[in-house]
Amino acid sequence: MNWISNYVRPTINSLFSRRETPENLWTKCPECGTMLFHRELKDNLNVCTSCDHHMPIRPRARFERLFDGGIFTEVPVPAPIPDPLGFRDQKKYPDRMKAAQKATAEKEAMLVAEGEMGRTPIVAAAQDFDFMAGSMGMYVGNAMVAAAERAVQKKRPLIVFTAAGGARMQEGILSLMQMPRTTVAVEMLKEARLPYITVLTHPTTGGVTASYAMLGDVQIAEPQALICFAGPRVIEQTIREKLPEGFQRAEYLLDHGMLDRVTHRKKLREELILITRMLMRATPPVAGDLPAPPPSAAPAAPAAGTAPA
Amino acid sequence: MNYLDFEKPLAEIEGKAEELRALARQNKGMDVEKEAAALDKKAEQLLRDLYKDLTPWRKCQVARHPDRPHCKDYIDALFTEWTPLAGDRNFAEDLAVMGGLARLDDKPVVVIGHEKGHDTKTRIERNFGMARPEGYRKAIRLMDLADRFGLPVVTLIDTPGAYPGKGAEERGQSEAIARSTQTCLRLRVPMVTVVIGEGGSGGAVAFATANRVLMLEHAIYSVISPEGCASILWKDAEKMREAAEALRLTAQDLMKLGVIDAIVPEPVGGAQRDRAATITAVGKAIGKALGELSGKSGDKLVADRRRKFLDMGARGLAA
Ligand SMILES: [Zn+2]
Repeated sequence: MNWISNYVRPTINSLFSRRETPENLWTKCPECGTMLFHRELKDNLNVCTSCDHHMPIRPRARFERLFDGGIFTEVPVPAPIPDPLGFRDQKKYPDRMKAAQKATAEKEAMLVAEGEMGRTPIVAAAQDFDFMAGSMGMYVGNAMVAAAERAVQKKRPLIVFTAAGGARMQEGILSLMQMPRTTVAVEMLKEARLPYITVLTHPTTGGVTASYAMLGDVQIAEPQALICFAGPRVIEQTIREKLPEGFQRAEYLLDHGMLDRVTHRKKLREELILITRMLMRATPPVAGDLPAPPPSAAPAAPAAGTAPA
Repeated sequence: MNYLDFEKPLAEIEGKAEELRALARQNKGMDVEKEAAALDKKAEQLLRDLYKDLTPWRKCQVARHPDRPHCKDYIDALFTEWTPLAGDRNFAEDLAVMGGLARLDDKPVVVIGHEKGHDTKTRIERNFGMARPEGYRKAIRLMDLADRFGLPVVTLIDTPGAYPGKGAEERGQSEAIARSTQTCLRLRVPMVTVVIGEGGSGGAVAFATANRVLMLEHAIYSVISPEGCASILWKDAEKMREAAEALRLTAQDLMKLGVIDAIVPEPVGGAQRDRAATITAVGKAIGKALGELSGKSGDKLVADRRRKFLDMGARGLAA
């Protein structure tokens, strides 16, 4: 991979994205209330520059900063049959799907990609909370299976970024069956002795937590992420008492032995490179591994291994 | 006899027949038998009609019927040399999950199942069949035991779901459920599951990732309770009938979806009307399923089980 593909393409990409003028240039941090300029927020990986609050980040934006030079190739995910149950609540499921697709410009709630991270070839999958709360249905199951199969085929580690509000109820029992299906995907990696790393982001709940999120060789969470099977509201209703401060948050789970690490989003890439390279028994990552870009190119993404991203 | 709300007309007729007979017992020479027999016949017909085409919500009610045989009833009746094994070797013994060694038709197996309890005291003891992390971890331990000693695993599913409690979350019920499902998938011995009542969400799937998944005719198996689904999607828990309909949680729909392998018929009026007949039918179905799986190699059992779940849902209701 040369510097052209590494640096020029993202620069072009960023030129394009600069042209879009979002309606809302300012985002208010839900934690501290600071008004954050959208570019500044984007450059900071959607982490509040004032209080470090981690806001959701969409899969594409995450991958642009995860993969070297922002370059990745999407791994195709087989499309499941749409609306398998003919589900209708107050709206028809196909209408909800269409609305979600329109709002997110994505097909479904998980994106699978392959590429290099700190010159380490990986496969990555990320769940999209903006797409029907990242809920797990047949598509997410297919995405996990596709990701695992690709990782095994290419002998690469798989890194999965989880985020889910719960099951895709509109797929009924088939959404529940994604728990065993995604576990089969995890088993493929374990059998091939390939690292399977989960990064649990806010919020990771329900069947996702109780399947592939909690089966990582290494489990990392982003700060303050809510991670649970049953949500705090359901528990409070059941036990009729107020839950302690920070209950089911990443730091709480770390204290209770459920996670390996809680890592700031800006440190995550660096850490994932170290861990995957050690587990793959690869050489240590070399800082400045890539040739420096010419100053005129004004890279949008920092060079791999030299800056935290 | 506990009657469900939709069985009220039946309760009236059966009550009347019972009253007549009671009257006759007190008044010698009074002949009510003809009249009572007519009522019996009417009741029988009504029962048949009521159960011929139960709506999904009514199935939920039947699946949760307090007089339905529970895990313990099946274990007592179907298995010999029942030897319960307790504890997760880590924190506690979870009474919501029964587990141990037993023989089915003289062959040793490991049995695991949710037990809801049958009266206030046992229901509380058993936490209404809602396992805590220790329950899954005990099951994992017993499945490992079965695997090492080549014993088939039989699981009986009857749970509203995992327990939404503080301690259960603190002690990692997500991880316990995930690990239990993973252990099912790794078993190199035959595994047969019967959903005998309620198959509630992750709490069920943790013990139900089997080579053969059977379901009683009026049992239910769902990602969420109809009440829970109604309160989220309809914003009204009272819309549980609509939710039950939409979720496709009946054995008949699950068979169409290819999620289960066979339906075990229940007596007319549901398992609660003839517990012994139900238990016998379940025993036969387990025996048959285990027979089909016996002689298969460990590799084949693992591969088939994985394939089965990977292929699931590919064709929707047309499966
Ligand atoms: Zn802030």
